[in-house]
Amino acid sequence: MYKFILTVFSVAFLLVACQQDQKTGESTTQTVAATVSTIKTMDGLPPIYENYEELATIFEQRNDTTYVINFWSTWCAPCVKELPYFEALNRKYEAEKVKVILVSLDFPKQLETKLKPFLAENKLQSEVLVLTDPDANSWVDKVNPKWSGAIPATVVYKGETNKFYEKSFENLEELEEIITPFL
Amino acid sequence: MKKVINLSVLLIAVIGLFVAATNIDTNGIEVGDTAPDFALKNIDGKTISLDSYKDAKGYIVVFTCNTCPYAVMYEQRLIELHDKYAAKGYPVIAINPNDPEVKPGDSFDKMKERAADKKFPFAYLFDDGQKVYPAYGATRTPHIYLLDAKKTVQYIGALDNNAQDASAVTTKFVEDAIAALDAGKKPETTFTKAIGCSIKTKKS
Repeated sequence: MYKFILTVFSVAFLLVACQQDQKTGESTTQTVAATVSTIKTMDGLPPIYENYEELATIFEQRNDTTYVINFWSTWCAPCVKELPYFEALNRKYEAEKVKVILVSLDFPKQLETKLKPFLAENKLQSEVLVLTDPDANSWVDKVNPKWSGAIPATVVYKGETNKFYEKSFENLEELEEIITPFL
Repeated sequence: MKKVINLSVLLIAVIGLFVAATNIDTNGIEVGDTAPDFALKNIDGKTISLDSYKDAKGYIVVFTCNTCPYAVMYEQRLIELHDKYAAKGYPVIAINPNDPEVKPGDSFDKMKERAADKKFPFAYLFDDGQKVYPAYGATRTPHIYLLDAKKTVQYIGALDNNAQDASAVTTKFVEDAIAALDAGKKPETTFTKAIGCSIKTKKS
């Protein structure tokens, strides 16, 4: 009985702690991960977002970092081809408050069989997240109204300034060109 | 001096018009526009156009291909769509917009193979020279344009709201739009977005 009460108390405490987290209004992805339970974790894979609303915080950071967010997938040949340029960008501008986030749109059924081995082999240094929300019509416009839904697609933003590209990049220089105005 | 200013204003206006005109071109057609007809080679060697379908009440024009996983996920559903609606006057007309030099899996020969393997009941046309997809403004595969009997665009977008799992679909955009047209109404949803593969072209 004593143990039961203890459990109830600790659960209650955790709940309160979570709520407080929410109240501070910090919109980092980690806070969301702590308060909402639908972000899945799987061994050897980055966090898996089943609901776009939870991922949306990566577009809502209002600080002096320039975010370069690329939508890709292991099944998308032009996406895979341009990944090294994003990796190079991430390395080269590490000290200049540039953050590259690679959002994988790989299918839930292929996370284990395709994405996991791909990540293990390529050892991506940029942050990788997975978005599996199937109702794309409900969220494509929220990423950017100009986006038709074709990938690769890339968003660059800092504060309220936002640029969108539905195209492939051919080299690091092309990427540097689009982020330079933000620096 | 005033003349110079007047001239430059005129020049700017002309340039502006030019830019506007080219924009319309590259953006393709919108809901309410009349869809351009085409004459493209089908996998059986025959040339097909919208006008080939006499008595059509509408046209389900789908830009799709062999190689895009999203296109593949929708293959079976396109077959079922055609089987269900062609007899009612709404045939599926599939068009492969990809440049096979960039995507060899989307060559005309590979299209024939794929259509034979999957027993496509609909026309599967090759956008040879890539003139048709820009006229429509298609950007991805699959990308659907539902036209009414007068070739007016009534719906642009995805087939339904779940590409990955047909059994988890809760809204069938195209079927709902056809039902509206059949009832003499305007579709409620006329435009949707979906993830898909970019259309493959050589870099200009």
